[in-house]
Amino acid sequence: MIALAIIALLTIAAASAAFLLRNLIHSALLLVGAWAGIAAFYLWAGAEFVAFAQVLVYVGAVSMVVLFAVLLTRQGATTAPVEYDSLKRAVLGFITAGGVGGLLFGAILGSPLDVHTANPAPAVSVKELGLLLMGPHAAALLIVGVLLTVALLGAVVIAAVDKPEDAP
Amino acid sequence: MSDFLEVIPLIARDWIVDLFPAQLQWLVHHLITIAVILTVFGTFFAFTTVAERKLLGRLQNRLGPNRAGLPKLSILPFHLKHKLWGLTQPFADAVKALTKEDVVPDAADKVLHFLAPVCIVAFSLLGFAVLPFGRALIPVELDAALLYFFAAGTATELAIFMAGWGSRNKYSLLAAMRALAQLISYELPLILSVVPVVLVVGTLSLSEIAAAQGGWTLGFLPHWHVFTPWGFAGFIIFLIAALAESNRSPFDLPEAESELIAGHLTEYSGFKYALFFMAEYFGLTALSGLGVTIFLGGWQAPFAFLEFIPSYLWFMIKLAGMIMFFIWVRGTLLRLRIDQLTRLSWQFLVPLALINLVNGAFWALTPDWTGAMLAARWGVSAAIVVIPFLILGRRLSGDRTPRTYRYA
Repeated sequence: MIALAIIALLTIAAASAAFLLRNLIHSALLLVGAWAGIAAFYLWAGAEFVAFAQVLVYVGAVSMVVLFAVLLTRQGATTAPVEYDSLKRAVLGFITAGGVGGLLFGAILGSPLDVHTANPAPAVSVKELGLLLMGPHAAALLIVGVLLTVALLGAVVIAAVDKPEDAP
Repeated sequence: MSDFLEVIPLIARDWIVDLFPAQLQWLVHHLITIAVILTVFGTFFAFTTVAERKLLGRLQNRLGPNRAGLPKLSILPFHLKHKLWGLTQPFADAVKALTKEDVVPDAADKVLHFLAPVCIVAFSLLGFAVLPFGRALIPVELDAALLYFFAAGTATELAIFMAGWGSRNKYSLLAAMRALAQLISYELPLILSVVPVVLVVGTLSLSEIAAAQGGWTLGFLPHWHVFTPWGFAGFIIFLIAALAESNRSPFDLPEAESELIAGHLTEYSGFKYALFFMAEYFGLTALSGLGVTIFLGGWQAPFAFLEFIPSYLWFMIKLAGMIMFFIWVRGTLLRLRIDQLTRLSWQFLVPLALINLVNGAFWALTPDWTGAMLAARWGVSAAIVVIPFLILGRRLSGDRTPRTYRYA
């Protein structure tokens, strides 16, 4: 239980520091720290495979996407402006954040809380997990794959604008 | 006798652990493992640097470092005049790195500038935790060890980014971006090249992969994965990708001292620079260890009559062989251009690795073919590798004439 409290505290600290800091690079790196904290939680809960996949995908790949996006979209200053642009945007921002927060809180409060102690040995081995993903849940895996491919192609289409001055 | 040699490290560890009270034993157990890994691979790193300098020297027809002997200590009654073939060079280098001034640029992001070398060494050491060094020697036995190894390795990219961005130097940032592009490009063939092994052996556990390569055909042909068509192709792809992942020549573009004045290392001096250097060698050693475990039979002896040598020695001999090969490559090949580097990965290695995956699947589906069918199995498997290699190689090099430099 102490381990869980430490992991949760560090994750929340990293996440809250990520949105309180004005330096976007620092925020992005702290966000990576929060993702690593979630991986540590999976490890604590005995889900080895999910924890390593979380590190591989989020700490390894998604973090790079975030950092590249920050560096490529902000020219010069990497600090976020403190003031809001307009009242309308601020109100809309609060409504969206409130909605997402309410939804998450509702989901957390609605789910049955099953308190159990840490289980060091994984309940499901990697092999069983793989067989499950390839057998009964193959359709879901394929749909996720197609969705990600479509998103990737969409990103390429949006990003690759042919400007006339680019032609050799 | 050899069984006893096999477990000597474990006996020594248990003996030390028993000296401590019962509630501390688990902690001491892990601390000893960590200390042994740090000591063994720290020393290995030190002598890799001197071996590299000497070997590169010989490859370039010069002697290499041979002057560092022992200093004259006043407490000793005699002074050893022998230079010890320059083997104490790494210790002199360590003293030099520790006593050099640590320069931090005024405009640098102090926290990230400090954290980057710390992070990169810490993450590059994590990979050693799951390598099976011997029949009975494995620091942590994990069900998903292979996944852990790659997950631990990905975090070094973040450290390189921190170094490049935190230095606030345009060469550093440029080099960090190049390094990231290179690391991401070569992570794909690196991971894809080991997937066929997972397919054939049917596990992600490194100790089981090493154990699966035991035994000999006709008493002298070892069952290592490198001696199968898919394993050979996978091993070559793995070697190239490992070279690129550890920023070694001919893929040392991120450093590129002639173009980017050493890239993300520009603003580092003293011990911080030494830490980056150390992390590079640790990463190379860990990747070589993975290659040995997956393709070269791990701790298995090459011949049955050589099994009296303990398995961990075999592992270290193979590891040293891999490192020697990497040094040889560094002394032989020229550095690639950045466009050649990314093209090699995306147009050549990734397609070949994907085809090799199909090859691994074919091998996994046909384990019970015997007699003439066994020959067919080898033939088909070799054809799946060689034909795409030839076609891809011809098509990619056909229309590429040497580049003309108009402004050079």
